[in-house]
Amino acid sequence: MSATLQTQTEARTMTGAEIVLQALKDQGVEVIFGYPGGAVLPLYDALFQQNAIRHILVRHEQAAVHAAEGYARSTGKVGVVLVTSGPGATNAVTGLVDALMDSIPVICLTGQVPTHLIGNDAFQEADTTGITRPATKHNYLVKDINKLAGTVHEAFYVAKSGRPGPVVIDLPKDILIGKGPYAEAPQAPHRSYRPQTEPGADPIREAVRLLKGAKRPVVYSGGGVINAGPEASRLLTEFVRMTGMPCTNTLMGLGAYPSTDPQFLGMLGMHGTYEANLAMHGCDVMLNIGARFDDRVTGRLNAFSPNSKKIHADIDPSSINKNVKVDVAIVGDAARVLAALIEAWKEESAQQDKAALAAWWRQIEEWRGKQCLAYVQQGSIIKPQHAVKRLYEITREMGRDTYITTEVGQHQMWAAQYFGFEQPNRWMTSGGLGTMGYGLPAAMGVQIAHPDALVIDIAGEASILMNIQEMGTLSQYRLPVKVFILNNEYMGMVRQWQELLHGSRYSESYSAALPDFVKLAESFHARGIRVTRAEDLDAGIREMLAHPGPVIADIAVAKDENCFPMIPSGAAHNEMILAPGQTGGVAGVTDEGKVLV
Amino acid sequence: MPSPSDTTFRNATIAVLVENEAGILARVVGLFSGRGYNIESLTVAPVDQNRRLSRITIVTSGTDMVIEQIKAQLDRLVPVHRVSDLTLEGPHLAREMMLIKVVGKGENRMEALRLADAFRARVVDATTESLVFEMTGAGDKLDAFIELMRPIGLAEISRTGVVAIARGPGGLLA
Repeated sequence: MSATLQTQTEARTMTGAEIVLQALKDQGVEVIFGYPGGAVLPLYDALFQQNAIRHILVRHEQAAVHAAEGYARSTGKVGVVLVTSGPGATNAVTGLVDALMDSIPVICLTGQVPTHLIGNDAFQEADTTGITRPATKHNYLVKDINKLAGTVHEAFYVAKSGRPGPVVIDLPKDILIGKGPYAEAPQAPHRSYRPQTEPGADPIREAVRLLKGAKRPVVYSGGGVINAGPEASRLLTEFVRMTGMPCTNTLMGLGAYPSTDPQFLGMLGMHGTYEANLAMHGCDVMLNIGARFDDRVTGRLNAFSPNSKKIHADIDPSSINKNVKVDVAIVGDAARVLAALIEAWKEESAQQDKAALAAWWRQIEEWRGKQCLAYVQQGSIIKPQHAVKRLYEITREMGRDTYITTEVGQHQMWAAQYFGFEQPNRWMTSGGLGTMGYGLPAAMGVQIAHPDALVIDIAGEASILMNIQEMGTLSQYRLPVKVFILNNEYMGMVRQWQELLHGSRYSESYSAALPDFVKLAESFHARGIRVTRAEDLDAGIREMLAHPGPVIADIAVAKDENCFPMIPSGAAHNEMILAPGQTGGVAGVTDEGKVLV
Repeated sequence: MPSPSDTTFRNATIAVLVENEAGILARVVGLFSGRGYNIESLTVAPVDQNRRLSRITIVTSGTDMVIEQIKAQLDRLVPVHRVSDLTLEGPHLAREMMLIKVVGKGENRMEALRLADAFRARVVDATTESLVFEMTGAGDKLDAFIELMRPIGLAEISRTGVVAIARGPGGLLA
């Protein structure tokens, strides 16, 4: 025993940079996304002298964080970023907030000026911990080399425990150069941060009692199920099938339940399906697992699912009773909660009201019969919905493991509506923050993690330009990411809102002076494809998929297509706007709704 | 667990046991400003040097739903050990200390000293034309004393904000 203790406490002395890399290796890190600069040169020097960790050089620090998010979201591991001080750190902030909003585990190592210069407005100095405090789950400034190894280990624990999130470690240059002891990850529990993962027995029993007695139940699951690992998605599917209940997913939760399953209602929320939103509105018992009653999901709060008992399972107690008051609160990891629900469901002797459930399904089928996602593809002009649908169908035919990322806007919603997912971790999108420019770097991260998979960034022509420089990264590392641009020459979602809310005054939403995307791709040593006619769409998609390297496929689509169904801001689920030619919703945006985003 | 009300408004005195480390106060204050919660008073000081713990006492107000949010948001900060809603969890003591300077001569000075005696305020500094009183008590008692001093020659006030502790044997450190 004392001998073991001896070896554990016997300190290996290394430079700060070596300590950081050793800690990353011990945490199982294989790849980091970064960009060098003065303050992190010692770390880059240490990276140069080892082979265990691969460094991917991005073209902008924001992209490094999105790439780490894509890597994390598609693997379940922690994504790691390395940037320099000052502008390196401030450029990373958007990515950090994106990861915070979508609960993605990311470690961001930032360089800092040496400790004796902190506060002196030194070259490339920024108050990184101050700036990133509300942008991260937690952050650290390491001012004592003796605490460096422990801090890196703790950062990994914090990033992936409980509700995951981004963690910044700010590393002054003198700490990276100085020598100090290395320590392995501690076995002892954290002093203060120990989130609850095991659900209590009482709320589980109460939830099952409510669900067994339900006449019109609905299961609504979110990103928490994805974060809880593939087992959680398997358990969700098992639970939904054994109970016969309908299931809908949030934008972040797509893939947790197989999209082709008849019990799946599609996505819910602002651009969710008619049947999902009306099921939410009309249900008598709602089971929310790992979603947070976001405003994009609830619509007008005082009209949200007015007659239901609500059960909310979440790993973050602060998500419960934040927007919507619930009747049963379950704190715990989604996989543990689902396992407990399945167990309790089997034990509960009460019988389901099968007749009521059958009647509920008849009602849902009637809503489904509206075919709210139907569109008419006529003539040569390509409907954007059709482009996504064909992309989905052709990739399915090919049977390749396919990962989709998106930028933000109409194309993102069409991707969510028309691209189906059978498994978790295949869908990467910026849900909470809505970050244009997310998709291309995220796709890079996914492709690094899954070199043999098909990775497609479904993009808009406006969003893609926000991180277009990452074409250089694709080219350098021969990452065969496919960028599928739905090019309508507008910031489409802005244009749609201007049409619906601002009298069709299209203020600054036209994408003027667009580049020639084919030439742009070629200038980055990638393949460029442009498709302008519906009859050429399939061939264009097949050409894109067949090319072994990176591709930009610029698909010219209908310029004025709107994304429907739509719950306007400030409206309730049963006040959805359907596509022209479809009836059922009550259109109209109130003045109150106009204030909302 | 009954769900909290989103209509009834209440005050809450919340005690938070935290790691005594750089930036913790900024995290707590930033949480309140970032999410638009009220802070009526906030005090902080180390309470356990060996375990590197500090205690923050926050007086806030909001609907039950908001106060539950505040507690949950505080509790998920990494360096936070415990969060206790003293208002909800039973009887507690709340005290505030004040230093108050009164400037005046003659009858005003005598009146200030008489009132201070009645309020159990101690004289901690005196010159021929000024007095500084130290006073401890509940916030409304301090308020009342300030109002009495105002016409007499109130010159300056420094208050600590509320510190609070639960009555009885239970406690945050236990």
